[in-house]
Amino acid sequence: MASLDTGDDGGQKKGPGVKKAKKLSTRIDMTPMVDLGFLLITFFIFTSTMSSPTTMDLNMPKDNKNEEDQTKTKESGALTIMIGEDNNLYYWEGSLLPDGSNFTSSNFKDIRAEIIKKKKAVEAAYVTDPACEAKAKAEGKDPADCRQKDFFVLIKPTENADYKSVIDLLDEMTINKVARYALIDPYPEEVALVSATEGAPAPAADAPAQ
Amino acid sequence: MSRAKIVKKSTDTDMTPFVDIAFLILSFFIMATKFKPAEAVPIETPNSVSSQKLPENDAVMISIDKDNKVYFSIMTANDKQAAIDIIKGAAQARNIPVTDAQAQKYFPGDMVGMPFNKLGAFLDLSTEDKKKFVQEGIPVKDSANNELYYWIAATRSVFAGKPLKYLIKGDSKGKYPTFKRVIEALKNNDEQKYNLVTMPEGAPEGTDLWIERNTQRK
Repeated sequence: MASLDTGDDGGQKKGPGVKKAKKLSTRIDMTPMVDLGFLLITFFIFTSTMSSPTTMDLNMPKDNKNEEDQTKTKESGALTIMIGEDNNLYYWEGSLLPDGSNFTSSNFKDIRAEIIKKKKAVEAAYVTDPACEAKAKAEGKDPADCRQKDFFVLIKPTENADYKSVIDLLDEMTINKVARYALIDPYPEEVALVSATEGAPAPAADAPAQ
Repeated sequence: MSRAKIVKKSTDTDMTPFVDIAFLILSFFIMATKFKPAEAVPIETPNSVSSQKLPENDAVMISIDKDNKVYFSIMTANDKQAAIDIIKGAAQARNIPVTDAQAQKYFPGDMVGMPFNKLGAFLDLSTEDKKKFVQEGIPVKDSANNELYYWIAATRSVFAGKPLKYLIKGDSKGKYPTFKRVIEALKNNDEQKYNLVTMPEGAPEGTDLWIERNTQRK
């Protein structure tokens, strides 16, 4: 079968008196070599880590006790996303209404559309701000980022949230190029609203929002 | 009538090109492979679209495994003394000092996940035993007794003035509260910038990031 023929027929003339050497076949059976080759390939495929890990930047704000130093967000541009159990998401635009009527349940499939929608809405309401654009130019940033300067996403994971959900949502910010977002603790009443929604399967809390 | 004779063809295939390709692939894998480092605790990180490379030196890694246990690793391959100083400094701050000999047994990159009162005994174990030993994790749950704070404080003093990166490597199955405690420990030390370790993934089609990356290439 698998063999290597060197084709060495040895056409040299030997002198008289030189005994003819017995010709051995130069064919080598290569099957074991192929076997070994593929065995090694499979070994390397299984043990290798082709993609090396990457890192994602996370900058947390300083805890400012001072009211005046805190970053203010415009209510029109704020989007709050809460992370509940089992990758469930809850969001509302602006501030949460006292009756919770703008509190909406969502999931990772739909949240991207919501972020994009909100971003578009903020960008549409943008009034040219020369100061911001000049600053962006001076810092070598894209002046187009100014269009979404009022857009702010607040990420509030509850105690039941998975680490993966938090990372996925932070990643969603990168994917949709949201320039301003923060990871913050939820208020007790917001947690209560989430646990009420999760505890009881009653969709009563989100029904009015639709 | 004479039947046309069927010419017997040899079944002997020349496998040489086959072997060539096999070994070509093999050499590719040998060269491209970076072995999975043998980790005492396997951690499966989530994916992200980030494409930043992981720094391998002058960094400390805080790992959170799937059981929400916290580990601390000092990644200073070319400066072993720094790692020893961090361990001694952190333990000293808690008044449970470890001896020089014990600290010497730490190898940069190893994961330590023991409370300080059991740290010395753990470091005394042989390399083999350390791998088998199930660590209990650095206590972080109670904010009054967040031992990670001392680890980071010691790291800060050893690395004062030098570049240092904080890597946080969490398991996908981990829970957020542990991560929050880790962040708290860092924040209490006035550290606001961290790097989260993730596995790369492509940007989803049609999104803003995807559009940006694809137009840059052109």
